[in-house]
Amino acid sequence: MKIPVTTIRLPTRPAREYESRFDREQSLLKMLAIPIASVAIASMITALPIFTEEPLLPPLGLLMFLSWRLMRPGLLPVWSGVPFGLMDDVFSGQPFGSAGLLWSLAMLSIEIIDARAIWRDHLQDWVIAAILIAAVLLGGLWIAGMAHAAPEPAVLIPQIILSILLYPLAVRICARLDSWRLAT
Amino acid sequence: MAPPKHRRPGFSRKAQYGLFVTYVVAIAGTIVAALLLAISIADPAGFSALRAAGAETTAPVARMFSNIRRSAQNMNATVAAYINAGSQNAALQKQAEVSRKKLIEAQALRVENARLRGLLKLSEEGESQVAVARLISSTSSSTRRVATLSIGRNFGVERAQPVRGPSGLIGRVIETGPTTARILLVTDAENLVPVMRASDGLPAFSAGLGNGTVLIKPLNLGESPFKVGDVIVTSGNGGLYPPNIPFARVIKKTSDGALAIPYADPGNTPYAVVIRPYQGEARAAQQAAAPDGETKEVAE
Repeated sequence: MKIPVTTIRLPTRPAREYESRFDREQSLLKMLAIPIASVAIASMITALPIFTEEPLLPPLGLLMFLSWRLMRPGLLPVWSGVPFGLMDDVFSGQPFGSAGLLWSLAMLSIEIIDARAIWRDHLQDWVIAAILIAAVLLGGLWIAGMAHAAPEPAVLIPQIILSILLYPLAVRICARLDSWRLAT
Repeated sequence: MAPPKHRRPGFSRKAQYGLFVTYVVAIAGTIVAALLLAISIADPAGFSALRAAGAETTAPVARMFSNIRRSAQNMNATVAAYINAGSQNAALQKQAEVSRKKLIEAQALRVENARLRGLLKLSEEGESQVAVARLISSTSSSTRRVATLSIGRNFGVERAQPVRGPSGLIGRVIETGPTTARILLVTDAENLVPVMRASDGLPAFSAGLGNGTVLIKPLNLGESPFKVGDVIVTSGNGGLYPPNIPFARVIKKTSDGALAIPYADPGNTPYAVVIRPYQGEARAAQQAAAPDGETKEVAE
């Protein structure tokens, strides 16, 4: 007998079929690990064989970090800029501690902005992120200049523009990761 | 979206103190980061172990991607070679004809050179290579121009060894890990290279600008003697970089020097050769004679 096509079902996750659909708990590991891992992996992308003549690759770790903070206020604690920044320093080539300091200052300034501008939309978040990205990159150049000879600040302009334009994409990625993180 | 109400925890003392503690921790953490930064500025090599560990952990992935990239490039080249076989053959034959004449002239010059060196009693350590490797990553989001090499101490790579590619000088080793090493590229603002003009040996210095070009500054004062298209090679002064490694091509004349593009493109170099410092023994002797026992060498 020929089986009609509509009756054939893929045997996907048979166990879930009989689970309760109500009152499921999210995995605590996923809830904690996804934001941390996403920022860490984004920081490590600079270790891939990407060669640029000038600093052009956007600071992806910073973009992910700002996206999580602005998209999900209250998820990352106020002090989280320090550990995330120090981890970024290990891979970025900046003097150790530079991102630790700058990301933490960015975190504290968002905290201050949160107290003033309570209702914000995506555009306003983008403006905040843009200012912070430019400030962190210029601050990084200034710090690198204290430790070593550093190039002119004009070198950073393409990287700053690219990073600002990439921020909405980073927020999208964070939103996807967030829905996966909270999925039951 | 409005932020969650974590900043007004209500009447619970415990929650209020908890909130207060996060702010204290945040500010203390910022101060700690600033102190770490001060330490790393005072002693640039201080956290090199940490950076080496970071490079080691990401090296396997970087090596894999580097291999993929290389095989893709090879594939392109192979396909292109089949298509261009006929015309390439003709062109190469013509080129071989020309190079044969040049080769004979070069042979004669080498003999003459050796004779003149013998007359002057110059003894030089030749360019001896330590190891051959590949560049597997670079700090493409930082203003520092530092690349990672696929080998480290396991192949005898040490600090302050020059690194060159087939087309020109790449930089020098600044930090070594067990299986990776970090290279300060010639385009970094920190990297000063003694160079000369290939045509007449006009001595100059090169400093990186951090944007893929280098600034060539002649030692003598006055108007810039460079012309667009001048070939710059290393001069061997200072005894770190061996002389006559192709270095850069002048693209623009400035008021006190020239802008040049290095020949070696770190993104496109098939391999990198780590070589021994030129006149390493002489430098060691110099260091021994320095007043405080060692000449200061910039670590990074």
